[in-house]
Amino acid sequence: MTTTTPTRRPRPAWLLLVPALALLAGVLLVPLFQSFVRSITTPTWTLEHYARLFTDGVTLTVLGRTATTALLVTLIAFLLGYPYAYFMTRVSDRTRAVLLVVVLIPFWTSVMARNFAWLTILQRGGPVHTFLTWIGLGDIQLVGSQIGVTIAMSQVLLPFMVLPLFSALSGIDRKLLLAARGLGSSPLVAFWKIYWPLSRGGVVAGLILVFTLSLGFYVTPALLGSPQQSLIAQLLAQRTTQLLDFAGAGALGMLVLVVTLVLVAWANRVGGTISAIGVVATSGSKGR
Amino acid sequence: MTTTTAADAPATATRQGTQIRLEHVTKDYGLATPAVDDISLTIEPGEFMTLLGPSGSGKTTTLNLIAGFESLSAGTIALNGADVGKLPPHKRDLGMLFQNYALFPHMTVAQNVAYPLRERRMPKDVIRAKVQAVLELVQLTGRDDNYPTQLSGGQQQRVALARAIVFDPKALLLDEPLGALDRNLRGALQAEIRRIHREVGSTFVFVTHDQEEAMNLSDRIALFNTGRIEQVGSPEELYRAPETLFTARFLGDSNVFELGTGVTGSSAGWQGATWAVDPGTVSTHPGVLTNAAIVVRPEDLGITTTAAKAPAGSNTVTAVVTDVEYMGSYRTAMLALGPSGVTGRARLDAFDSTLSIGDEVVAHWRPERQRIVAA
Amino acid sequence: MSTDTALEPGTETAYVTAGRKGRRRRDRSVDPIPWWQWVVGIAVAIYFILPTLFVIPMSFGGNGSFQFPPKEFSLDLYVNFFSNPKWIGSLGNSLVVAVLASLLATVVGTAAALGLHQLTGRLSQFLRTILMVSMVTPAIVVAVAVYVSFLQWHLVGSIGGYVLAHAAIGVPFVLVSVTSALGGFDAKLLRASASLGATPWRTFLRVTLPLISRGVLTGAVFAFVTSLDEVVIALFLRSPFFQTLPVQMYTAVTVEVDPTIAAASSLVVVTVTLLLLIPLLVRRPKRR
Repeated sequence: MTTTTPTRRPRPAWLLLVPALALLAGVLLVPLFQSFVRSITTPTWTLEHYARLFTDGVTLTVLGRTATTALLVTLIAFLLGYPYAYFMTRVSDRTRAVLLVVVLIPFWTSVMARNFAWLTILQRGGPVHTFLTWIGLGDIQLVGSQIGVTIAMSQVLLPFMVLPLFSALSGIDRKLLLAARGLGSSPLVAFWKIYWPLSRGGVVAGLILVFTLSLGFYVTPALLGSPQQSLIAQLLAQRTTQLLDFAGAGALGMLVLVVTLVLVAWANRVGGTISAIGVVATSGSKGR
Repeated sequence: MTTTTAADAPATATRQGTQIRLEHVTKDYGLATPAVDDISLTIEPGEFMTLLGPSGSGKTTTLNLIAGFESLSAGTIALNGADVGKLPPHKRDLGMLFQNYALFPHMTVAQNVAYPLRERRMPKDVIRAKVQAVLELVQLTGRDDNYPTQLSGGQQQRVALARAIVFDPKALLLDEPLGALDRNLRGALQAEIRRIHREVGSTFVFVTHDQEEAMNLSDRIALFNTGRIEQVGSPEELYRAPETLFTARFLGDSNVFELGTGVTGSSAGWQGATWAVDPGTVSTHPGVLTNAAIVVRPEDLGITTTAAKAPAGSNTVTAVVTDVEYMGSYRTAMLALGPSGVTGRARLDAFDSTLSIGDEVVAHWRPERQRIVAA
Repeated sequence: MSTDTALEPGTETAYVTAGRKGRRRRDRSVDPIPWWQWVVGIAVAIYFILPTLFVIPMSFGGNGSFQFPPKEFSLDLYVNFFSNPKWIGSLGNSLVVAVLASLLATVVGTAAALGLHQLTGRLSQFLRTILMVSMVTPAIVVAVAVYVSFLQWHLVGSIGGYVLAHAAIGVPFVLVSVTSALGGFDAKLLRASASLGATPWRTFLRVTLPLISRGVLTGAVFAFVTSLDEVVIALFLRSPFFQTLPVQMYTAVTVEVDPTIAAASSLVVVTVTLLLLIPLLVRRPKRR
C-alpha cells in the first residue's frame, strides 16, 4: 500500500539498478544494437542483407535444416519428457527429489563434457554404433550427421521440457482422473479427456522453450555435425569469423533473435512461462 | 524505583520525557481525501497518548509521520521544540514497537536488544549491562541466547519492547503492538506496558483501534475520524463528555436519540417526548446548534414498569425489552426505545431477574447524566 | 516440511508454482503406479545422466584415442592435464575469469534485486525483463555481436572482456536468486532497524544482507558455474594468448584430437556437482 520513502532523499532504489543496467547495456544491448545498425547500413542504408537471407540458397537450406532439426528435437524431448514429468508427479517425495537431481545436475555440468561424452558414445566403433550394427541396422554414421546432433541436443534440452511440464502437471488434481474412471471411462479416455487438456499449458510452454533454444544451438552441431550440414549457429559463426561478413551475419543474427523473442513472449502468454523461465533461470539455461 | 546491579539502569525514573508537537500536519497520497488532514496535537512530556480510531482513520499514518517513515505533505512535527520534519527515521531517536514484533530473526534475544546500542558505538560492558537491566525490566531474563522463533508471541513482544527502550529514546511509538495476541495475553501485556511507562517515564504514543485498550492505558486519547482528530481528552472526558456522536459511539456503548435539529435552551423533543436538558451537559461543538443527538450510557439508564415509578425529574421513554443478556457480573437489557423502537441497552444488576422479553417498560435517566452531542 | 530436502534452490520455484498439491498423500492401493511407468522413468533418467557418466571411465583410459571402452587403465590423462601448460593455463584462466565475473555479477545483481524489490509499476517490470534478457537470447547471436563490438573496443582476448561478458550472463541468475530470497523478507525489519538508529547502509549490512545471504551465495555459485562452463562466447573472445578451459577442450576435440579432454571433463563434472551442492547444504542448518 504505502511505500516507505526516505524522508528527503531522491529514491535510491533507481540508483541500485544503474550498475546492472550499465553492464547489460554495455555488454549486450549496445553490441546487439551496433550489429543491427551495421546490418542495415552496410555499405549504405539498405535492406539487402535481410533480403539476401531469403534469396540465398545456402541460407535458406540452413534455415530449413535448423528448423527441421529443432522440430525433431522438440518432438523427441516431448515424447521422453512428458512421461518423465508425469512420472515425477506420481512418485514419493524422496524419489521425486532424486529424479529432480537427475534432471538438474547433468544440466549444470559442462557443456563441453556432455558433448564430448556424446562424441565418444556415438562415434564409429563406440557402444551405440556397435550395438546398431549388431542388430542389423548397418553402418549408420552417427557422428558427423544430423542424427547424432539430434540425439545429443535432445538430451541436453530435455530438462527444459521436463521442468515446465512438471510444474504444470503438479497442479493437476489426480482425483479428477479417479473420478472419471469411477464414472466409467477407461484409463486412456480419462487421460485424453481430462488430464491432457489440463496439461496443455505446460506442454506448450515446454515445446516452445525447447524449440526456441534448439534454434540457437552451436556447440553440439559444431562438434557432432558436419560442416556440410551446418545449422544457423555455425553459419553465423562462419559468416563472422571467416567471411567477415559482419552485416550479413548481423542480419541473420537479428532474424534468429527476433524469432526467439517472439516465441518466448508467446510461450509466456500461453503457458505462464514466467514461472517456468524462473525455474529454468535458477536451474540454468546451459544448453548452449 | 527499581535498582539494578549494573551501573546503568535504563535511565528510568529520572527521565522527563519529550514533548511531541504536531502542527497542521497533512499527508496526502493523491487520493480523494488526505490520509491525515490538517491535524494539530501536542503530546506532553511523559504522557501516555493513544491515537485511537477505526482503520483508515489516519492514526497509523500519523504515527509513521512522527517516526519519519512517511514524509509530510504539509505542517511541522517538533520534538521538544526542534523541527524534525527533515530528519530521516534513523536520526530521530524514537523507539518503535510493531504489531508483528519485527525482531531480527537471525539474531538472538540479547543481540536484538543490543542492536541500537551497538549502532551507537557504546562500549561492550556498558551494552551488556544495559541489556541485562532492560530485560529485567520487561521480566524476560535468562533467554539471552534464544532466537525469536523459539519464543512465544508475548515473549517476543517483550523483547521488542526491551529493544525499543534500551537506548533511552526520546519517546516510544507503539503501532498496535498487541493486535497479534490473544485476549488474555493482551491483558497481561497491557499491564506490563502501563507498568513500564510508569517506571521509565518517557512519552508513549500508542496506536490502536480497540477502545477498551485505549481507555485502559492512556493518559489522554486522540480520537481519529477520516484523517482528522475528532476529540482529544482523557479517557474519562471522552467517555463522559463526548462532543460528537462519533465519539460517543466509538467509546463504550450508548443509547442514542437523534433529534434531527439543534438544541438551544433547556429542553429537547424526541418523537413526541419532551426532555429536560441540563446546560452543563451540552457539548460545545458548534454542530449542536443545528443537528444534535442525546446520548445516555447504559449504566445511567434505569428500568421501571410505569412512568409514575420513575424518579422525579427524570427524562423517560417507553421501551420494550427485546433481550436480556447475562454477562456474569451484570446483565444487559436490550431495548426497543420509543415509538420507533430505536435499539438501546440498559445495564442491570446481575441478580435482578424480574425482566423478561416482551415486557413493556419505562426507561429513565437523570438529565445530568445525559449528554447532548453534535450528530 | 520435506519440501527442502535434497532439492536445489532453483527447484523451489518449481515447487512454488506447482503448489503443494504435488505432494498429496496417495492411497497406493487405489491409484498405484504401473510397472511400465517405472521403466520409462528410469530409462529417461538414464538418458539424462548417461553421457556424464561416460567421461569418468574414459578419463582413466590412457593416451589412446577416444576409444570406449578404454583399452587400459592409467592416470596418464590426468597427469597430462595437470602438467601441460596449455591445459593448466586454460584452467587457471577459467578460474580467474569465473571468480571475477561471479563477483561482478553478484554485486551488480544483488543491488539490482534490492532496487527492483522496492519499486513497483510498469517501468520496473520492464527493467526486470531487460535484465533477464540474456537468459533467452541465443548464445551464438550474443557471441557474434559481442565479438564484433569487442573487436572495436580492443576487448577481445583480454581478461576484462571475458569478465564483462560472463558477468552480463551471470546477472540474471543472481537476480532471480536474490529476488527469491527477498520474497520472504519482512519489510518491517527495515523500519525497525531505522527506528533503532541504524543508517540505511548499516541496515543493509546487519539486517538485509545476512537474511538474504543464502540467495546471494546461491546466485554467486550459479554465476560462477555459468562462467566456468561458458563455451560459445569464450570461443569468439579467445586469442592465442588467452583461452579458457572450455575453449581448450573444444580445441582438443576438433583440432588436436587430444583425449586429455576426458580427464578435464571428469574434473569439471565432479567439481561443478560439488559446487552445486553448496547451496543445498547451506540451507539445511538454517532451518529453525
